[in-house]
Amino acid sequence: MSFFARFAQNRGALVGLIILLLIITMAILAPLLFPESPWRMVQRPFLPPLSQDGFPLGTDTMGRNVASGLMHGAWVSLLIGLVSTSVALLIGVPLGAIAGYYGGIIDDVLMRFTEFFQTIPNFALAIVLVAIMQPSITSIVLAIAIVSWPPVARLVRAEFMSLRNREYVEAARLVGQSNTTIILRQILPNTLSPIIVLASLMVATAILLESALSFLGLGDPNVMSWGYMIGAARTVIRQAWWLSFFPGVAILLTVLALNLVGEGLDDALNPKLSRER
Amino acid sequence: MVYARLILMRLFKAVIVLFLIVIFNFLLIQLAPGDPAAILAGEAGAADQEFLNQLRERFGLDQPMYVQLWRYVSGIAMLDFGYSYRLGVPVFDLIMDRLPATLLLTGTAFVLSLVLGIVAGSMAAARVKKPSGSLIMALALVFYATPLFWVALMSVVVFSVYLGWLPAYGLYTVGAGHTGFALVLDVAKHLVLPATTLALFFMAIYTRMTRTSMLDAAQQDYVKTARAKGLKPSIIQRRHVLRNALLPIITLAGLQAGQMVGGAILTETVFAWPGIGRLMFEALQQRDYNLLLGIFFFSAALVIVFNIITDLVYSLADPRIKKGAA
Repeated sequence: MSFFARFAQNRGALVGLIILLLIITMAILAPLLFPESPWRMVQRPFLPPLSQDGFPLGTDTMGRNVASGLMHGAWVSLLIGLVSTSVALLIGVPLGAIAGYYGGIIDDVLMRFTEFFQTIPNFALAIVLVAIMQPSITSIVLAIAIVSWPPVARLVRAEFMSLRNREYVEAARLVGQSNTTIILRQILPNTLSPIIVLASLMVATAILLESALSFLGLGDPNVMSWGYMIGAARTVIRQAWWLSFFPGVAILLTVLALNLVGEGLDDALNPKLSRER
Repeated sequence: MVYARLILMRLFKAVIVLFLIVIFNFLLIQLAPGDPAAILAGEAGAADQEFLNQLRERFGLDQPMYVQLWRYVSGIAMLDFGYSYRLGVPVFDLIMDRLPATLLLTGTAFVLSLVLGIVAGSMAAARVKKPSGSLIMALALVFYATPLFWVALMSVVVFSVYLGWLPAYGLYTVGAGHTGFALVLDVAKHLVLPATTLALFFMAIYTRMTRTSMLDAAQQDYVKTARAKGLKPSIIQRRHVLRNALLPIITLAGLQAGQMVGGAILTETVFAWPGIGRLMFEALQQRDYNLLLGIFFFSAALVIVFNIITDLVYSLADPRIKKGAA
């Protein structure tokens, strides 16, 4: 069975993929459909949804177009999710690979380091890091990466430990390949499928983290994001529920879609394991 | 004896981790924007050079870095977290004042999510490949994907604004002057929405964990034996599968519980719950970095305490650990 056929067997994953593609389309179309900045005040404030043409989701406390903010926000969420996950992989994969391949004292030291980061409450650490570095896309990406790499390191380490004594690795050692070559060319390619599955779930978590940070007012002040929209409308929730409702649905759908896609990837990449469940 | 050794080992590890966090905190304070002396002076209203120097001297900011580090570390060892820049009150007093509310909220949410999660998870495990089982897992996935602060806000809209069933803000009704049982009831009413919204996300995690763990346990030989003996499936599920599945759940639940402190920051912010999470939000808004880092240290300490408790519960629940640790 081909990769996609196995993926498509999981109906949820297919639904997730479709939702995800819709959100990506939203992000791409945002500057075309709403060329004006989502920060501009364009109508009177507190316009309810569907009450006026051009403002299908109404306006917020400052008279900004909610639909425009929603579409521009899609871009920010996806970008931060993807970039912070990549940075987390860049930290976690090498650490896990080195710890798992060399073992011994190197492994001990690196794993204590990883445990240290796992002990600190994730969200509190992210808040402190962004607050100290000042809110910006860069500081948010870094903070999310710093709190999300430990599971990557642990996964990669476990994979390397189980693979490092396989025959093909022994063979590579016999022909005199260097440790670096063995790590990069022999073992790493064989650990890719679990890493891909984990990464897709991490993008989802990163989007949740970003939205929570901007909800608390720690978003980049120059970009419109879903979490910011909910946070800004928090105090007027009694008068204008729709200001918080729609961005929340957007976050929920994106995170849900990514999780479903992750499960589908797991089915497609690890066919033996997933059939039992 | 074995337990004493286990606890000692864990405490030793905890002290090292806390020490590292203190150093980490100190480095972050150095990185924090703005000159602390200028911030202190700004609060006092005047900022000429002489006054700034006086402040630096008083707070030891003119000392070399290693002296400042030593003062900071030894201060924290004596539970002196310094002063809140904005409020002029010791950070430790502020935190102690708010801690009970957070413990009440996270404790309630933890028990609620663990119980509901185990029940839902074992129901899902017993109904693998049936629509009802899939429905439970789909719901768990939705709760897992929903932003906590959004559920909190929406529950305010539905249950407080629209239906008017439950209070949306605070720990108790201000000015009502309740005492005794009436006060307990009043607090309990205020606790329903924050605790439930905080619990939903963790319930989703525990549901998934319980299901996986139970399906793993169901593959074991002793379950096959029990089935061959002709025991009723419900008894097998409860006595053989669930009991053995609980151990890994306890471990993972302990690890996840640490993240509850993070979730509390969001729920307490929405519900104006006077705990350390809300305090952290206030510190953020006022750029009160010393208070912020104090709370950060405390939340990490809470997690460590929680992990030690989990370890102990685990070792009590699993008699094999006694042999392993000796």
